[in-house]
This record gives sequence, structure tokens and C-alpha cells, in this order.
Amino acid sequence: MKYLAEYRDPVLARRLVHEVCATATQRWSIMEVCGGQTHTLVRQGIDEVLPVRMIHGPGCPVCVTSLEVLDRALAIAARPEVTFVSYGDMLRVPGSSTDLLALKARGADIRIVYSPVDAVRLAAANPDRQVVFFAVGFETTAPANAMALLEAVRRGLENFSMLASHVLVPPAMTAVLEAPDCQVQGFLAAGHVCAVMGWAQYEPIAAKYAVPIVVTGFEPLDLLEGILMTVRQLEQGRAEVENQYARAVRRDGNRPAQLALERVFEVTDRTWRGIGAIPASGLRLADEFAAYDAELRFDVGDIVAAENPLCIAGEVLQGTKNPTDCAAYGRICTPRSPLGAPMVSSEGTCAAFHRAGRTA
Amino acid sequence: MRPSGCCSGTGPEELIRDVIVPALGAAAAGGVLQDAAVVALPASAALRSGAVVISTDSFVVSPLVFPGGDIGSLAVHGTVNDLAMRGAVPIALTAALVIEEGMPIETLRAIVTSMGVAAAACGVTIVAGDTKVVGRGAADQMFVTTAGVGCLLDGAQIGADRVQARDAVLLSGPIGLHGTTVLSVREGLGFESAITSDSQPLHRLVAEMVAAGGADVHALRDPTRGGLASALNEIAAASRVAVLLDESALPVPAEVAAACDLFGLDPLHVANEGCLVAFVAPRSVAKVLAAMRSVAAGTAAGQVGTVTAGPAGRVAMTTMVGVSRVVDMLVGEALPRIC
Amino acid sequence: MCLGVPGRVLAIDDEGGLPMAQVDFGGIRRDVCLVYLPETQVGSYVIVHVGFAITEVDEAEAQRTLEVLRTMDSDALAAELGEPAPGSGVATTPSPGLP
Repeated sequence: MKYLAEYRDPVLARRLVHEVCATATQRWSIMEVCGGQTHTLVRQGIDEVLPVRMIHGPGCPVCVTSLEVLDRALAIAARPEVTFVSYGDMLRVPGSSTDLLALKARGADIRIVYSPVDAVRLAAANPDRQVVFFAVGFETTAPANAMALLEAVRRGLENFSMLASHVLVPPAMTAVLEAPDCQVQGFLAAGHVCAVMGWAQYEPIAAKYAVPIVVTGFEPLDLLEGILMTVRQLEQGRAEVENQYARAVRRDGNRPAQLALERVFEVTDRTWRGIGAIPASGLRLADEFAAYDAELRFDVGDIVAAENPLCIAGEVLQGTKNPTDCAAYGRICTPRSPLGAPMVSSEGTCAAFHRAGRTA
Repeated sequence: MRPSGCCSGTGPEELIRDVIVPALGAAAAGGVLQDAAVVALPASAALRSGAVVISTDSFVVSPLVFPGGDIGSLAVHGTVNDLAMRGAVPIALTAALVIEEGMPIETLRAIVTSMGVAAAACGVTIVAGDTKVVGRGAADQMFVTTAGVGCLLDGAQIGADRVQARDAVLLSGPIGLHGTTVLSVREGLGFESAITSDSQPLHRLVAEMVAAGGADVHALRDPTRGGLASALNEIAAASRVAVLLDESALPVPAEVAAACDLFGLDPLHVANEGCLVAFVAPRSVAKVLAAMRSVAAGTAAGQVGTVTAGPAGRVAMTTMVGVSRVVDMLVGEALPRIC
Repeated sequence: MCLGVPGRVLAIDDEGGLPMAQVDFGGIRRDVCLVYLPETQVGSYVIVHVGFAITEVDEAEAQRTLEVLRTMDSDALAAELGEPAPGSGVATTPSPGLP
């Protein structure tokens, strides 16, 4: 595909690797926030050939969806009058006792969509069903989810509702930097999050914590160039926000998309699975749209969420432990039978490690 | 037949007599479909006498019809290929149909016609069968279960556990077409494209390969569910060898790559229905490749990897930065992702 | 973040008030919602995430990025790595071990 294949050139990739090796005088620790970036790094083995330590951050919105929200989703999906619509990633994430795929196998009406517009179409085509859309994601996905809601409202689709649980990147980065044993010295910011939000909100973070932040794309050449730019800043003692993904990201981002977010959602405190509560790190449906909030429409009682005690997802997501440090990794916790979210999504650090064959 | 035009719980005999047998056409041996049939095995110098190969398979694809085929032609090709992967010439098939009540008769007729056409093109007959109609919800429109009978090619010594060190890994054609095609017509995920399923029979291709390479053709597999990666992992484990793939040699059509990029899938895990992977001793590689390229199903054949030293059962691929990464089996279903 | 791929806008339409485009991704086509890129023209490239165009590809910047990479100390590196610069007309060595 044009504007994709060129950034997978192996000759240029090897040159970039060489350049990083020639530039770094010490083993810097850099965190990439986004799961899509983790996927490319691990799949291509880029983190194995570079003289930097890549710490894989909590950049998988699927992995960090709180257990309580997931259990609530499962309870709603189990109801006979509900058609539960979700992105594919969420299907295998383990709740306290089951997951959406297992529920589907037992007869629940659960559908996968690629676009939230299809969830709206499903609601329009099935007026006798309660269509609930599981709206998860970072700031990249939230505008699309927002439009689905606005469309449903505009078309008067009263059988449509949304279970919304979005997470925001900057508070997560701040939480990582505030952690007492933080080893992160530089960040690759998530390219598509920044395509929507711009990069202005990262400037105070770079300044306050004196860390370089480079907005980076997702193809191998993007990641290598982003890492090179970060290493150069570290070597030069700079701590600025730079944009590697210039073909897609501008400083102000996408204003119409931001306006939709401001209209449909409100910032809220959010629990990140495996990490804990991070203040003002999530988005929930604005009060104006309470009538379409699945959390209010469906009374599923009190949710008592219980994590598997063996799962160290939190430490893996914050980068303080590797999957190979986990006693359950590769033994009772595998992609086929995951204990925690990072083993499910192929971006999840544990699954990425397992697929690459990395052992303790 | 019921006037409503739908399959119902009463009268499978009518379905067989009025719809299925006529639709199968020439492929229905003797014009009457029975529960069992006597099959005369051909005698030929090319076939090993006394060695009968038998296979069975079930087909549950949804939707029933897709660009390039349907569950009927898929079932015929899939069964023929099961036999072919053992080095057999297919002789006869059976077909058991489980039909959901309410399935339109015209759909059934079209699918069975397709089976008949596919079987005739493969040179096989459908000699026996069974039909059951089950209640709504008990089957996803239609399931097809087949058995295949064939005769072993003389000179064929093929088995998943026969792979040797330094064997070449050959691929007969492009990968990812069938799975991507089915995805393109799936509700909620559809897209438009010109791609069609690669569903096709491979027995003539295999016959040419065995004629050229004989016992040097060590293993064959058609990488269906789970894709090329899963097939390679299974063979590597069975033979206790390590396999190294060259990513740049993999024939991934542009549209397959685009669909995989769009949905976050790995072409190595996407199902195929018309290509095979072969493990061949180095001294016969040139001959076998030439033989493959002389047949329609193998014009794009090439080498994609080698059996190397390494941990038994490990399949690896060299990445663009020169790192060797493991290529694993597909776990569960390949689901499209957002991140 | 997440899965966003570039595609070329083939046609622009309207689905009940929502601006939609037919977008081509290297041979496969899907409809994409243009509500967040209202100024998009036919022929331009957009990055698509979950069926929504979230940003337009700046083709000049795309070229510039590639040029920077291609001219990155290319002669010195080529000599060291034994590889010719791209576009120099010299074929790169094929992967070893294949016929």
C-alpha cells in the first residue's frame, strides 16, 4: 500500500539501526506508549538489535480496560434482549469468570464490527433488539465512538446505547513518570493519538520531567527514526517534543474530532486494569447523553471484580517487570488460556513476547 | 418438494430424489445415491496396489457462498486435497449433508450443483451420501461432512514426520486468498475487492511432483485453517526439525496484504484452500519446482524456506533487521483488531 | 494510536447526512466516514482508523521523511555495509540459500 510499504524498506531499516548504534553512548531506556508500536517492535525484533532498552508501556486500551467495566459488559451481553457489539480485540479478554467469546459460544448475541458506524446500522436494522456498543479505546478511537452516539441520537435510535470506557494517554505518561522506580528516560508518543489530539499537551510533560518525547508512527522505519530522534535528544541533553510522524500529525491535531470528544464525553477518573486508579485519565459519556448510557440503562447489580492473584499485568504494563519475570507466563498463562489482558491482545506485551518465542 | 421452497423436517427422501441427485449430475455414480457403494479401485502401474487412502473432513464455512466458490465446491476440493496431501489419486467421495430447517431449496440446489461440477472436474464420483434436516438453530444453514477414498501413487512416501535436515520448503502459490475472501463478505467487516477464494483441487499438481521427485517429496500439507504458519508448525513438530522462512520470498498478493493491514491480521495465519507447502530433499528441488510450474495450480511455485539446525518444532523467520523471530501457530480465531 | 492505514479517496458521498467516502487501500475498497475531515478531496490520501478518516497524509512530508532516510550518510554507510544507495541502479544481493 502506498505510504505504508515505503516505510518497511529493509535496507533503510538496517541503516537506521546502524545510525542508532553509532549515536548512543549509553543504554538509554525509552518507553513506547502505543500497543501498535509494541507490536511492530517485537514482531520485527527491533528491540533486540538496538543498544537501547525499550520499555513497553500501557498502550493497549484493550489491556487496560478495567475488570469492573469488563464484568459489567459481560453481564449486559448475557441478557437475552441485548445485541452486544464490540471491536474484535475485546472478545478474548478475560473477565473475572468468563469472556465475550465464551459467552458468544453459549448463545449470547455478540457481534464484531470494524467500525462503530456498523453498530448504528445494526440498531437501525433491528429495532426490536437492544443494541449495546462497547466503546473502548484511546483518543484515536473516541471520536469515531462519539460519532456513533451522535448518529444514533440524530436518527432517534432509542434501542441504541453505549458502554463507554476510554482512556487518555498524557495522564498515563505522567503516572509512569511519577512512579518511584520509574526508569523511563524518553518517550515515543502514540502517532495516531496525536493525529487526533495534536502534541501541545505533551510539551508541559517534557518540560516538567525533562524527558524527550517524539511523536512516532507505526511502521518499522517510523519506529527506528523515532528512536533515533529520541536518542539524539538524550545524547544532547535536550528534552523537547518532536514530530517524527510528520506526514500524519500536526501540532494542533484534528479540531473537528476534538470538538466531538468535548461534546460527547467528559473527563473522569479511570481505573487502569493492572495499574490502578489514575485521576482524570478517562472519558465517560456526558450527562447530556445519559439516556444512551448502557451503564445506566441496564441494571446489572453490583459488580464484584476479582483478578487472578498470579497475574502481574500491572507491573508489566508500567514497564517495571517483563513477562518473563512472571511465574505464570508460558506455563498456566498462555495466549490460549490467558490470565490477564496483556496475554490476550496481540499488542499486549505478554502475548507479543509469547508469540516471539521469548522464554524466561 | 414442499411448496414453500424451504427444507423442512419431513421428507429428506424427497430432497434426495428431487433435488440432490439431479443436481449432482454426472458426479453421482449410477444416478442413485445410496448409504454405501462398491468402488472398483483402478489397477495401474502408477498406483501402489493394495494401498487405499481414506480421509474425512467437515465443512462449516459461513457464508455458504463466497467469491470463487461455495461450501459445496469447497468440500469437494478440500476432500480431494486431503487425499492428495498423502500422495493419493482421489477415486470417490461420499457426502453427508446436515441442513437447517428453512434453508431455501434453491440455495441447496445451487450448492449441490456446484459439488457435482467440482467433482466432475476432479475426475471423481460422489458414490454415497446421507441427508438430514434439523431444526432451526441446530445448524448454521448447512454443514457438509465428506469421506474420500483414493489410491496411493507408486513412489510416494509422504508423511509429516519424514522431513530431513536441509530439506527445502516449497510453496505452490500465493497465500491468504481464501480467508481474506471470506472476510470480505462477512457481516460487519466487509469490503469490496477483486479477490476470490483460491479453492481448487491439487491432486494433479501432487501427481506431477511425485513423478518428478519420488520419495524425495517428504511432506505435503495444504495450509487451511490457521494458515501457513500453523501447517509449518505441525510438520516441524512431527518431524522434530526447525524451519527458517524467508519473509521476502512469501507470495502475498497485494490485496491480501492490504486487507491484513486494515484489520490487523497476519497473512501467515490466514486460511488457504488452493495451495500446498512441500518439504523436498535438496537434490530434487529443481526437478520438483519445474514439475509444479508446469501445472496450472503451480505456476507461481517457489522456495520460501529451509529446514535448518535449531530447536525441534521451531518455525522462524528472518526479519528485516536481520533478527530471527518465531512464527507461531494461530491460537483461537484470527479476530480483527483496533490496536 | 492503533491501527490506522492510509488509503486513497475515490469518491465522496452522503449517507443520510453523514459524509462518506469510498477509499481504496491497495486494491481493497471500503466506505469511510469523512465527518472529521470535511475538506478532503477525491484523490487525496487519508489515514483511516475504525472506518473513520482521522487525518490527511501530507504527501510532501511523506516524501521528505523518505528523502532524509535515504540520504542519511548513505555513501559512508553503503561502504561499510556493502550496500548500494537506493536508486543507484545496482541490484541488491538476494537472500542467501534460495534458487
